[in-house]
Amino acid sequence: MKKKILIVDDEPNIVMSLEYTFKKQDFEVYIARDGGEALEILKHHIPNVVLLDIMMPNVDGYQTLKHIKNTDSLKDTKVVFLTAKNKASDIEKGLKLGADKYLTKPFSVKKIVSEILGLVT
Amino acid sequence: MNNYALIAIIVLYLAVLFYIAFLAEKKRQSKWVNNPYVYTLSLAVFCSAWTYYGSIGIAANSGINFLPIYLGPVIAAPLWIIVLRKIIRISKQHKISSIADFISLRYGNNRFLGALVTIVCLFGTLPYISLQLKAVSETFAIMSDESSYISKAVIDDSTFYVALLLAIFATFFGTQNTDASEKHKGIIASVAFESVLKLVFFLIIGVYITYYLFDGTSDIYNKISVTDNFKQLTTLGGLEDGFNWFFMISLSFMAIFLLPRQFQVSVLENNREKHLKKAIWLFPLYLLLFNVFVIFIAWAGKLTVGSTQNAEYYTLLLPLENGNSFLATLVFLGGFSAVISMVIVSTLALSTMVSNNLIIPYGFLDKFIKNQPERNSKYIKNIRRISIFTIIISAYFFYVTFSKELSLYSIGLISFVIISQLAPSFFIGLFWNRGFSKAAIIGIIIGFFITVYTLILPFILQAYTGNDDFTQYGLFGISVLKPYALFGIDFLSAPAHAFFWSMSLNVMSYLVSSLISKGNYRERNYAEMFVDSRNFTSLQDSALVWKGEAYVADIKNVLVRFLGEKRATRALTIFFTKYKLPQDTQLADARLINFSEKLLTGSIGSASAKILIASVVKEEQISLVEVLKILEESKENIVSNKVLLEKSNELSQLSSKLKDVNEELISKDKQKDEFLDTVAHELKTPITGIRAATELLMDEDDNMPKEMKAQFLKNILQDSDRLGRLIHNILDFEKLETGRLNLDKHYLDIHKTIAKAINSVSQIAAKKEVKIVNKNIHAFKINYDEDRILQVLTNLLSNAIKFCEPKTGKIIVDYKLGNQFVEISVIDNGKGIPEEDHDYIFDKFYQSKHQNTIKPQGSGLGLAITKQIIEKHNGKIWAKKGKKNGATLVFTIPFK
Repeated sequence: MKKKILIVDDEPNIVMSLEYTFKKQDFEVYIARDGGEALEILKHHIPNVVLLDIMMPNVDGYQTLKHIKNTDSLKDTKVVFLTAKNKASDIEKGLKLGADKYLTKPFSVKKIVSEILGLVT
Repeated sequence: MNNYALIAIIVLYLAVLFYIAFLAEKKRQSKWVNNPYVYTLSLAVFCSAWTYYGSIGIAANSGINFLPIYLGPVIAAPLWIIVLRKIIRISKQHKISSIADFISLRYGNNRFLGALVTIVCLFGTLPYISLQLKAVSETFAIMSDESSYISKAVIDDSTFYVALLLAIFATFFGTQNTDASEKHKGIIASVAFESVLKLVFFLIIGVYITYYLFDGTSDIYNKISVTDNFKQLTTLGGLEDGFNWFFMISLSFMAIFLLPRQFQVSVLENNREKHLKKAIWLFPLYLLLFNVFVIFIAWAGKLTVGSTQNAEYYTLLLPLENGNSFLATLVFLGGFSAVISMVIVSTLALSTMVSNNLIIPYGFLDKFIKNQPERNSKYIKNIRRISIFTIIISAYFFYVTFSKELSLYSIGLISFVIISQLAPSFFIGLFWNRGFSKAAIIGIIIGFFITVYTLILPFILQAYTGNDDFTQYGLFGISVLKPYALFGIDFLSAPAHAFFWSMSLNVMSYLVSSLISKGNYRERNYAEMFVDSRNFTSLQDSALVWKGEAYVADIKNVLVRFLGEKRATRALTIFFTKYKLPQDTQLADARLINFSEKLLTGSIGSASAKILIASVVKEEQISLVEVLKILEESKENIVSNKVLLEKSNELSQLSSKLKDVNEELISKDKQKDEFLDTVAHELKTPITGIRAATELLMDEDDNMPKEMKAQFLKNILQDSDRLGRLIHNILDFEKLETGRLNLDKHYLDIHKTIAKAINSVSQIAAKKEVKIVNKNIHAFKINYDEDRILQVLTNLLSNAIKFCEPKTGKIIVDYKLGNQFVEISVIDNGKGIPEEDHDYIFDKFYQSKHQNTIKPQGSGLGLAITKQIIEKHNGKIWAKKGKKNGATLVFTIPFK
């Protein structure tokens, strides 16, 4: 069965690179431009992993994570933050909220792939 | 009664008194010693042998004339609440130890005045004490069997030994403390006890005579009213008697304040001011009780004995005649009590004055140089002890020499008249701040000499020469100088006459001298303190008119001499703490000088204290001009205090402002941090895009479809542009925000600038098929930086284009003239700006929640920069509210 990934980011160029990468890795890729769209998608799909930006309009990454953590059906879904916020306090905050991984921008595509694969297999 | 038995009774009685005094000293804090009743009873020291025996003599000889001596105090009593309370308060504050101290302090601690008052008091009190001794001697003679025996030498006169015993008693309890302002609780307790005894015994004999020997008051009255001269005894004799009464009442009114023993008990021995409240009605009641039976005893005595020669001793003679020696003994003891209390309190008061106001300031002061507090206090005590003995022995010899010839009553009056010479400087000085020491001295001296001339000299001359030429014909035979009828005033009794003249001239010279002289600064300060005792505390401590220099160490040395190292150090520590001065203060100020003087006053009197302190203080004479200057300065101080207060208010306002600024700075710092965070984030975003796309292009070179490759390359280009724009804007914004941007302003046509801006965005607009209209075609020149205004217009136009729908989009740029500025509007028919965003759209990196544009286009700084530019031109920018369709952004530029 194909692994599913939900990419949540408001930067279309970044999303484009990630989409291309994970499709190559044979993931079923879902795209959301902010937290609101992500939650809408999560109503119908249960991805193996959510790649989540933090600073987004409307519903931000933190709120999205909380929602995922509070949803029973998503208890097996891994959440990985992918954000430009790279201060120690930010990372600590993200992991405390229950993110499985905290990756920072700018990123190496290969590294992201290996991290995600390590998480879902 | 046997002589020895009587002496035994006297000694026994003295032992009882000794024991009471001893107990009271031991239990100084007990309620039995410190209550208003003891205070009131101690005031009854007023009733001496003169009252106990003398009143009856007067009553028998001249009817109710004995009364005015008691009416004066009764009238004075209600005034105590005001006058006496003031005196007590001042005395306590200054550790006053006698009336001489009090008066000399009022007139600036004048040494001579203190000595003069002491001398006046000595002259006034010695005869009075001798009067008491006379009473003891005479009653002793009446009581003893051997009435025929008349002592021929001092050595076998029992009165002499009684005097000695009294001196020992006074010495023992009167000099327990070096500080004479300390209370003498033992003496006061015994005086109170004696006051009870003398009253009770007097009432007992009154009842005995009136109701036992006679059938009550009406019986006596009925019997006496049929004798000769009765009418004369019970009526007032017209105007002249009226004058006499008036003077007698005035005399006793003053005496209750001024007699050294009264000052001692009412002021110095007062524990609590509130005790006065009870005393003002209880003391008059005591006097009333004392006088109830006087007239009946006198009449009864007259009826029984017949002669009035020995009328003063009716109370003894009547029971003795009826064989009741027990009652007679009681009466004797009552009289003895009156004597003891008067003699002891008087000598105590006098000895303090003699030592503190006469001997120490005029001679023994030099002795107190060495640093030996214990020896010094021994000196002081010894001076007082010697004084007590000397006074009592002098009084004894006065009695032996003069008093035998005179009645108790006349001796008492002489004392009163002499003492009353202090009245003007005392009473007027309390309520009139213009009275000065010179005036007080002149007044007292004049009054005293007139008293001597009109009252004492005649007695002495008569006693020595045996003729009355002086009284008959006047000095050198000049009749207007007749001592009893000065300047023809011959209708007054001798004491009243003396009182009238001495008092009139005393008061007059006091007032006149005061008005023509000016006291020195010190006097004026004390005068102010005494008169306005409400300001007392502030005045005495600030003592603003003092100029001089003194070292704390020197002053301390003086204090140590009298108080000892420990007490002196403690006192100074308390002083420094009270005034919040450093404990190692070197130079003494006026407050410390005053404080030290006060500390010493109790031990050595105020005049001596002043001299001692002055010896270490280089006090300079201060002229009136300087005083005024100092007063002015203190006024300025008050003003500058006000200024200080304002300043401090200003300061606190400033500091709160500073706090705000600081908070602002902190928040600015925080904002700066946030700004940097945001900038970093914004910069990272395109870099992330570029990095990811580049990596993919490199790794997937062969596998990647061509279109994909092109897309990624296009993304890289887009992100690079965005990065460049971002960096440019950040620098621009930073420049504007920190105010480092200088505008290059010129007078230019705004219409042309608008046209230029429209032209620069025409390509993007054309692409989206958005129409732009430059509505106002008139030229108008204003002063602005064209490049910057172009930047503003371009920014606003780009935004408008961005939010417009393709093809239907329409933008109007218009301007109109205001009062001082042009108002330029950019109006579009796009989706508009939600009202909730209006306040924030000009904030940097603000992104509306409702924004739905494609990300890479904005830097997030466009409108923030726009706002900065407009504000730099002193203009304003805002989004017009209440627009239904599209957005309207308006900004203004002043003409100049």
